[in-house]
Amino acid sequence: MNGSNQEDTRRTVERVARESYGRLVAYLSSHTRDVASAEDALSNALVAALTTWPRDGVPQNPEAWLLTTARHSLIDLVRHQQVAVASEPTLLLLRENPNEVTLSAEFPDERLKLLFVCTHPAIDPAMHTPLMLQTVLGLDAVRIAHAFLVSPTTMGQRLVRAKTKIRDGGIQFEVPQERELPLRLDAVLEAIYAAFGIGWDDMAGVDQRGRDLAEEAIWLARVLLQLMPREAEVRGLLALMLHCEARRRARRAPDGRYIPLLEQDSQQWSLPLIEEAERHLAEASSRGCAGHFQLEAAIQSVHAERARSGRTEWGAIKLFYEQLIRISPTLGTHTGYAAAVGEANGPESGLAVLDGINPDDVSAYQPYWAVRAHLLQRLGKTSEAAHAFDRAIGLAEDPAVRQFLLRRRG
Amino acid sequence: MQFALLIYHTPEEFAIRKNDYNDASLGAWRAYYKALVEAGVYVGADALEVPETGTTVRLKEGKRSVQDGPFAETKEQLAGFIILELPSVDAAIEWAARCPGASIGAVEVRPLAPEAMRRGFTG
Repeated sequence: MNGSNQEDTRRTVERVARESYGRLVAYLSSHTRDVASAEDALSNALVAALTTWPRDGVPQNPEAWLLTTARHSLIDLVRHQQVAVASEPTLLLLRENPNEVTLSAEFPDERLKLLFVCTHPAIDPAMHTPLMLQTVLGLDAVRIAHAFLVSPTTMGQRLVRAKTKIRDGGIQFEVPQERELPLRLDAVLEAIYAAFGIGWDDMAGVDQRGRDLAEEAIWLARVLLQLMPREAEVRGLLALMLHCEARRRARRAPDGRYIPLLEQDSQQWSLPLIEEAERHLAEASSRGCAGHFQLEAAIQSVHAERARSGRTEWGAIKLFYEQLIRISPTLGTHTGYAAAVGEANGPESGLAVLDGINPDDVSAYQPYWAVRAHLLQRLGKTSEAAHAFDRAIGLAEDPAVRQFLLRRRG
Repeated sequence: MQFALLIYHTPEEFAIRKNDYNDASLGAWRAYYKALVEAGVYVGADALEVPETGTTVRLKEGKRSVQDGPFAETKEQLAGFIILELPSVDAAIEWAARCPGASIGAVEVRPLAPEAMRRGFTG
């Protein structure tokens, strides 16, 4: 076996792992609820693939091969643990004839259930996104920790605790009933969007962690759409992320300088991504009820329109924000609304909206101060603007944004 | 509880800080300071002279051992510190990430010892 052969096999294993990881973990843990053991078994199978595939060739159905091998490994793990009571469902599962299921490529796709498990109300909301990234996409704790600004040990411990809760806390692997579905689905969407948000904030161009995470989030949304093609909000979320993603290149000057949305060269936006976003948004709105992801996507859609018309319809953006405030009155929504009002009706009206926000809520909220600084500057209130700029600069995490605001403040 | 943000600089950054700190770099630190104060989390802070000005003192078997230079010979050296009053380490990490020092060097987040222990030291 030569080096390049080994390299090819490694890449094949990586590809299969990426495409099948979530499906295999979901299937292996759906009866036992033991996600951690399923992951251990699968990672054993992946290691085995790295040694046997270069020697014997890549099997015809790599996914089925991994499933069979992982199952054997799971049996070993359970025997090793010798905890008959806790793992009763595991033993039941293992009593099924493994060959029967695994020889066919057709095993049920349980990823949707796994997504709902990861975002179950009984699980700490802060862990929804990390759990999802690990169990469905196979990201390791080190990478997740890096994205979430905690130490790998801490993230590792939190993930273990969450998985123990899934196993022992009576959380069922099931798609929620119609009645609970909207709320539960929203938790799934929020968790995906949180991953995208981390990627977005950190998309400094130099930092790989952000870029990757944004891509992973879009991948997750595509998986979810495949599993729930009729849910309008899933399309809304995907459309929102695609619109933002379309502008990635335009967000930075070649020298790394930050360029705000309104000053971006719209010719640099990715037209195929915008068109795809528009298709999803149109499909979603044809289904009636507009959820908050669809509204946020609609706002981005208005911005994207500038690539064609050369101008931004602030009146339309303002209207979408008004609807958004009714269903999702968050700090971010109010701040975005104030910015839109400032553009549509003048800076004084925008400031009036900002003044309506409770000051205690914004002491560490950067976008509020950035919008405030911008509006005050437009009104010529130099010293008040400088104060607001300072707050925005002090709260900025991205050095490029910090530099941008410092230049703006003058 | 209280946390220290320990700010570490590279030799290059120390040199910049000493010789050509421009308005932009100062502006970033001042704005950060203001944000800390107005968020109500600021307890205290200060900057240190360059590491070469440090002197390390030990008492070995009753004899003074005085060494020129900082305690540890590492590339990045302590440049300053900020003490914050915050509810959790997660909040401290948030503020550390916003610190201008985080993008030019490193910021270590370390909880202060429990109040009772600190009182014990000062009597």
